[in-house]
Amino acid sequence: MFEVEKINSFYGKAHVLRDLSFSVPHGKVVALLGRNGAGKSTTMKSIIQLVRPASGSVLFQGQQMIGLPPHKIAKLGLGYVPEERRIFTDLTVSENLMVGLQPPRDGAVTWTQDMLFDLFPNLAERRNNRGKALSGGEQQMLTIARTLMGNPRFVLLDEPSEGVAPVIVEQMAQVIKQLKSEGLTILLSEQNLHFAQAVADLAVIIEGGAQVYFGTLQDLGAHPEIRDAYLAA
Amino acid sequence: MEFFVAQILTGLANASSLFLVACGLSLIFGVTRIVNFAHGSLYMLGAYIGYSLMQVLPGMIGFWGAILLAGVIVGVIGVAIEMLVLRPVYRAPELFQLVATFGVILVIQDLALIIWGPEDLLGPRAPGLRGVVRIMGEPIPKYDIALLVITPLVAVALWYLITRTRVGVLVRAATQDREMVGALGVNQAWLFTGVFALGSALAGLGGALQLPKGGADLMMDFNILPPLFVVVVVGGMGSLPGAYLAAIIISVLNVFGVAYMPQSTLVLMFVVMIVVLMIRPYGLFGREEVAGEHGQAGEPERPIKPASDKIRLLVTAGIVILALLPLYGSSFAQVLTTDILIFCLFAASLHFLLGLGGMVSFGHAAYYGGGAYVAALLVTHAGSPMELAFILAPLGAGLAALVIGWVCLRLTGVYFAMLTLAFAQLLWSLVFQWGTVTGGDDGLINIWPAEWLKDTTIYFYFALFFAVGGILVMRHVAHSPFGYALRAARDSERQAEATGINTKQVQLLAFGFAGMMGGLAGALFVFSKGSVFPNELEIARSFDALIVVFLGGVKTLSGGVVGAGVFKAIEDVLTRFEYWRLIMGLLIIFVVILAPDGIVGSLRKAARRVGGLKAGGEE
Repeated sequence: MFEVEKINSFYGKAHVLRDLSFSVPHGKVVALLGRNGAGKSTTMKSIIQLVRPASGSVLFQGQQMIGLPPHKIAKLGLGYVPEERRIFTDLTVSENLMVGLQPPRDGAVTWTQDMLFDLFPNLAERRNNRGKALSGGEQQMLTIARTLMGNPRFVLLDEPSEGVAPVIVEQMAQVIKQLKSEGLTILLSEQNLHFAQAVADLAVIIEGGAQVYFGTLQDLGAHPEIRDAYLAA
Repeated sequence: MEFFVAQILTGLANASSLFLVACGLSLIFGVTRIVNFAHGSLYMLGAYIGYSLMQVLPGMIGFWGAILLAGVIVGVIGVAIEMLVLRPVYRAPELFQLVATFGVILVIQDLALIIWGPEDLLGPRAPGLRGVVRIMGEPIPKYDIALLVITPLVAVALWYLITRTRVGVLVRAATQDREMVGALGVNQAWLFTGVFALGSALAGLGGALQLPKGGADLMMDFNILPPLFVVVVVGGMGSLPGAYLAAIIISVLNVFGVAYMPQSTLVLMFVVMIVVLMIRPYGLFGREEVAGEHGQAGEPERPIKPASDKIRLLVTAGIVILALLPLYGSSFAQVLTTDILIFCLFAASLHFLLGLGGMVSFGHAAYYGGGAYVAALLVTHAGSPMELAFILAPLGAGLAALVIGWVCLRLTGVYFAMLTLAFAQLLWSLVFQWGTVTGGDDGLINIWPAEWLKDTTIYFYFALFFAVGGILVMRHVAHSPFGYALRAARDSERQAEATGINTKQVQLLAFGFAGMMGGLAGALFVFSKGSVFPNELEIARSFDALIVVFLGGVKTLSGGVVGAGVFKAIEDVLTRFEYWRLIMGLLIIFVVILAPDGIVGSLRKAARRVGGLKAGGEE
């Protein structure tokens, strides 16, 4: 479904991703784990081409992503949920969803605003509120919902549990499980191992922009030394 | 009371075009972040195209059809400009795109001259709307009443488009974070083009709609810019209701100004703006401008270095060659070189402000023309000797810059830029309207240098000394602790503040210093020509300097000087042709597209590339 092979990305002269490779099988949730600054967000951005990798390949459904403009990638069914959320604060919740709207797509759920309000009941009450009036958790839900409006087949979820209340984190986990059960493939970046264990099938651990582990989360459980070396407690 | 009501109705009718044009500018800026200077040119084209269409299309339907069609055609022209001129440079630093729009202004000026000729065209009356209606006994033109109805309708239609449709949602989303809009699957390029088309169409519509009240002439493009900027700044960038309210305020005020204080109409507009900005710095409905929220386009700034020995030698050789000019050059060559030297100093002073200070002044002619006028006024009214006037001119210009800078520096980014232009235009209108003191349009003449400087060659040396001296002083300041503080304030205001630099004070001093240097250039100018006219203060003069600084290269120290030399030399050749603006405009557009780092920057890059190949790639 999705394959990253030996990508190298730079910020100016800083070498951020080093020969990073992993793959995401169809219908699975893969957790991208690593410490702060390990290169998780850069990996996400290098996939959607907000950062252009200097070398390597990013294949989505067999097609090369490197060099495509972000809007074309999104049109192919690859959705991106940024870590900083980047909701449109002057637009209402409903309007934010309207920005994400794309035509229906084969092999993907065709989302409507009402379906998303069922998925995120908190947003339903606030549909006519402006983005800036939302709480952090609500903004996080909105940014996911907005991307789902594009009916993606594959979603990049950049740290959805960051900076939101524990009860919302719990809700996020439920949502991710539900999305997976509906056939969505997800790459999820996380610092929170417990959260990843609750929702993901596979894990990629990166350190200093390079892959140090790629396998199932069960196997990772059997290797506490990897967990201790590369993930925060 | 009757008179009062009639005045307000006239003002409201006059607000119509201004509102449409301002909406277009605001929309384009919101999404593309480009201050489209060519917007006035699109407005002018709307008037001309509307005029031509009205000649062929008969009757009432023909008249209104012509107005709509003019809007559509100008919209299409806007699309062409966006796709051909702006698309190639979206990745360049934002301000560089301004220069491209300057080029467009020049091209359109000459195209309009070629197609419609130099005579002012009187707009036809609207069929069925000739004559007046009496409201409370006062005659109000029927066409004004039509405008009073049309404008709110257009405003509501625009409001509906922006707030109630998906296109409007996308436009507003892109105004905030266009990269994210792209990541959600929206093709920004087409969104930009669409917005440019709509904004241009509004400008064209505004131009055509004012035909029965005014007409079409070749000055329209620059004449609309000051009220346009004032409306946008007073209303708040990107705010539709703001633009509407501000257009009404400015137009109504203007009508009353004409009735009660005909000498001060132009000044009045700026006074209102300054008062509004003092109370609400981002306009009535505007929001704070957050510049470069998601990173600035373009490469990081290269630190500037003191000149190497090789460069010093080169510069010295250049100065020596210049100094020997009277030995091998004609007296005409000396006069031309004096012009170039003066212009170099003027451009270098703007470059100091813009390149080192990061303060984009759109109105630097205020200090150049200001210096020239200070000297001329002293000579004319106080009978001051030339030497004294020459010394006081830069000081006067510097003082003016300190006062203007104090007001403008309350704002940043595009608001700052527009405010500087507005102030320059205020000085221009003062000089233009205060004829008894300044001579108005007739200027001040017989401002000759002292007896010992009368000779062309001696004056050439005089200019050479002060131009080169001024430029070297600016270079020196750039490398002084003050220059470091200034650049720190430019690159990271907060960090500079945290290290104990009073950034506002440093910037204000730099503004004053640059103004003083501009004034020095103006003083050199006035005594070399023996006269000064208001056009030394006008927008076109400020734009000349801006073009030169950008073409030379903002990020290089020598950019201003090199750009000025090349510009003046090219201008001297081109002005011999009838349609030199067209050629100049195209030339500017080509340079912008082909050499987005400016002349010096591109040469340096090319040199690095060649050098890099030899050294086998050092980076």
